Amino acid sequence: MENYDLVIVGGGPAGLAAAISARKDGIDSILVLERDDRLGGILNQCIHNGFGLHTFNEELTGPEYAGRFITQLLDEKIEYRLNTMVMDISHERVVTAMNSKDGLFQVQAKAVVLAMGCRERSRGALNIPGYRPAGIYTAGCAQRLVNMEGEMPGKKVVILGSGDIGLIMARRMTLEGAKVEVVAELMPYSGGLKRNIVQCLDDFGIPLKLSHTVVNIEGKKRVEAVTIAEVGPDRKPIPGTEERYECDTLLLSCGLLPENELSKACGVEISRVTNGPVVNDSLETSVPGVFACGNVLHVHDLVDFVSMEAKNAGHYAAAFIKNGRETDDRTIDVICDGKVRYTVPQMIRPLDMEDTLTVRFRVANVYKGASVVVKAGGKELVRRKKQIMAPGEMEQIVLKKSDLADADKVEFEIQEA
Amino acid sequence: MYDCIVIGAGAIGSAIARELSRYSGKFLVLESQEDVCSGTTKANSAIVHAGYDAVPGSKKALYNVRGSELMEALSKELDFPYDRIGSLVICRKDQDRGELEKLLEQGKKNGVKDLRIIERDELVQMEPHIADDIECALYAPTAAVVCPFGMCIAFAENAADNGVEFAFNAGVKEITKEDGHFVIKTDTKTYESKTVVNAAGVYADVLHNQVSAKKLHITPRKGEYELFDKSAGNHVSHTIFQLPSKLGKGILVTPTVHGNLLLGPTAEDIDDKEGTNTTAAGLSQVEKMAALSVKDLPYRDVITSFAGLRAHEDGGDFIIGECDDCKGFFDAAGIESPGLSSAPAIGVDVAEMVAASLSLAKNEKFNGTRKGILDPKKLSFEERNELIKKNPAYGQIICRCESITAGEIIDAITRTLGAKSLDGIKRRTRAGMGRCQAGFCTPRQMDLLEKYAHLTPEQVTKSGGNSVLVFGKTK
Amino acid sequence: MEERHLTCIGCPMGCALTVTMDNGEVVSVTGNTCKRGDIYGRKEVTNPTRIVTSTVAVDGGKDAVVAVKTASDIPKGKIFDIVNALKGVRVKSPVHIGDVILKDVCGTGVDVVATRVD
Repeated sequence: MENYDLVIVGGGPAGLAAAISARKDGIDSILVLERDDRLGGILNQCIHNGFGLHTFNEELTGPEYAGRFITQLLDEKIEYRLNTMVMDISHERVVTAMNSKDGLFQVQAKAVVLAMGCRERSRGALNIPGYRPAGIYTAGCAQRLVNMEGEMPGKKVVILGSGDIGLIMARRMTLEGAKVEVVAELMPYSGGLKRNIVQCLDDFGIPLKLSHTVVNIEGKKRVEAVTIAEVGPDRKPIPGTEERYECDTLLLSCGLLPENELSKACGVEISRVTNGPVVNDSLETSVPGVFACGNVLHVHDLVDFVSMEAKNAGHYAAAFIKNGRETDDRTIDVICDGKVRYTVPQMIRPLDMEDTLTVRFRVANVYKGASVVVKAGGKELVRRKKQIMAPGEMEQIVLKKSDLADADKVEFEIQEA
Repeated sequence: MYDCIVIGAGAIGSAIARELSRYSGKFLVLESQEDVCSGTTKANSAIVHAGYDAVPGSKKALYNVRGSELMEALSKELDFPYDRIGSLVICRKDQDRGELEKLLEQGKKNGVKDLRIIERDELVQMEPHIADDIECALYAPTAAVVCPFGMCIAFAENAADNGVEFAFNAGVKEITKEDGHFVIKTDTKTYESKTVVNAAGVYADVLHNQVSAKKLHITPRKGEYELFDKSAGNHVSHTIFQLPSKLGKGILVTPTVHGNLLLGPTAEDIDDKEGTNTTAAGLSQVEKMAALSVKDLPYRDVITSFAGLRAHEDGGDFIIGECDDCKGFFDAAGIESPGLSSAPAIGVDVAEMVAASLSLAKNEKFNGTRKGILDPKKLSFEERNELIKKNPAYGQIICRCESITAGEIIDAITRTLGAKSLDGIKRRTRAGMGRCQAGFCTPRQMDLLEKYAHLTPEQVTKSGGNSVLVFGKTK
Repeated sequence: MEERHLTCIGCPMGCALTVTMDNGEVVSVTGNTCKRGDIYGRKEVTNPTRIVTSTVAVDGGKDAVVAVKTASDIPKGKIFDIVNALKGVRVKSPVHIGDVILKDVCGTGVDVVATRVD
């Protein structure tokens, strides 16, 4: 068995930032385990620009953004292994992993950072009826085929879901010569950034149909047609509104799911709302010494926030390695009113937390002119009026330790105008 | 001139082919699709029924009980997944308990062992999520779950290893009998054979009716299913059937042999013999009916849905044996449930009939043992490392969800009757069958197919024919 | 007087802008909540520009293609010209981030540069 102070599971944006931050906090013995053949994770296939405005104050493409962190990792001489799949993480932080060169191997870690990212919701998980021909891809799978493999997965395309990857792929397929017939979105609003709707759809005259879903897929061998229909407020298709599109490809951009199979097997408590670990203010999960950040913790909208969160996870993991667990680990819960769907962290240690804490959250609906209100210990700590809040965009509020000393819980709510 | 041509490489045709290879002769299997296991065999409940369902004296009863008895030993000999988990037929408080007792008696008559009726207390111990109004159940400990792909592929591989030829993409267009032998035409070729076995699933009536005046009529009966992630696999631990009622045979809830959870099937008679599409109505019925058996089903863990067609013959029983008015033409037709359970026994009987009619000698070189694709997960830590040292491809995970290595996929592609498509790999290794449904591993599996099946990217398919995945280079 | 309706892309707010023009001259921008909306509105109706990102074929790299972009904004109307100009381009590994792949693409004065190592 090998020994490392810190093992980081995943070499994407979260894992990279966590590793660099822990090194800066004085941890020498770090090992990053990456399942793909290069560092950078999914950013390598996100070749469009728009990354890094918050972190580097300039617009980078995905691979360039990852490249900045990879350079730092190499400069810091942090160890990493590619093509390496983590098979198991034990409660005692023994990480079992495998690759072709080292075979199956085990590492005892003092702390572990979970940074495995997420996967896309598949056709099966959406339960779309119809045949099961070739030509139904998640947007990310098509993105890999086009941007890494240089293969064209379709010529006439319907896209379900207006998340950012779906919008980006609408443009990408168009630039490569495909005809994107329509983007259908189940919700009455798009989950994607405004900028992407303008530059990926409007620029190319691709229609976006809100409150629409796919109700049938035709084609026994390859997709031949897709039927979409309008949905009512209950999100059920309205009979008579069907429109049939002849096409050879259906791309799905219908949400991301944190990949927590390893976390669950390790005994980490998982939130039913985020599908990610329940963490405290130090991003520590319910298993001592196991931390989480990035899309495995909760799905982010901007990679800049992933990097910031991961930097904190690396920092707290380093502190755990140096100091062990704090003596007083009393925690209080962060309660959401439902309009606030969730917060990360879900728990705060009022005595052990740092002086300030950034709480990230998402809302359940589109709210215009509403206020986010945070209460604790019978006091209103924060009231912030927002012109608009939407489920697709992550929000954040900074809390002060001095406000929470006597609190038995912290409440997040939306007060509508 | 072949001694026998078997039409159809599903579970039945493959079982017959394997049993035929015990005899000396020249045998060929014709399959209309690009791979074995591509029709009814690929989409069913994957259950080995105990045998209490069928009417005593019927062929279904006979073959089910015998097939079920053969299955366990066969699963070891041919190395396919099988697990005797037992089944329960549940009876609600408002249902007639007498019907359950009738099933018990019928099972005894059919020769099913160890059947008994259990009361709610015991049932709840066995199945904590059983619905609240279930009063009692018929418990059949001999019922099992099996991997239908694994079984069919094992039969076919073993048949091929023992000398049976296979031709794919060879749908039979016409059969005639001339000068005492059969002439069989496919799109591209004409074959001659002394005997024919008709194991063509939903198309068996079409073939039979070309040579016989005693017409068969097969209706494709569609069954829709929902499959759940392995995280839901422990929701039940037995196959749970509903008591047959006026509303039909009901929906079953079962763990699969690989640890997923499966609900289904609906039963809808359709015209299209390839109508394997799911429908919103069908899937919603599956969920509604399953909830009558089991509570708290975790629907957010559904990973896929699918539909299969059962070959229902008007007479309601299997049609097994030589055609009365066409000597040398053997039917294995109308094979609906419990067809999978019956396949081993049907294989033995039909092969014996063919062999007797041709007075075939034993094949002295027959080897009935077949090794499946090595599953590294079953090895110890040390054994696994030895394997990776010898063959590094076993250290490279391709399918993350099911932890399938490049080594297993390469084995699937390069072995006897190897995989030629993504579905072929999936059915042999489970790669792409997990929660992401091949979202991550499609490009990686394509690379392996290109390299080991010697295909260009544009030739790689999901399931043969026109099911291409890409249309050429972007650049 | 002509009115153009745009969605501001400056931030997630996505303000609905109305740009009023007279003979090709911007008279006013309304609907914006910040200065960026005004700047975007004026630019988008007079001189819309984009960054183009795509790939070119690479020989001997890890992947079949390497990611590229225009080093700075190009006129929106030239997007397809640039994508077409990249069609026949093949480069050899190694490629580094920032390597110039195509100089002065389509007479824009802008270079196409690599954005991924390969």
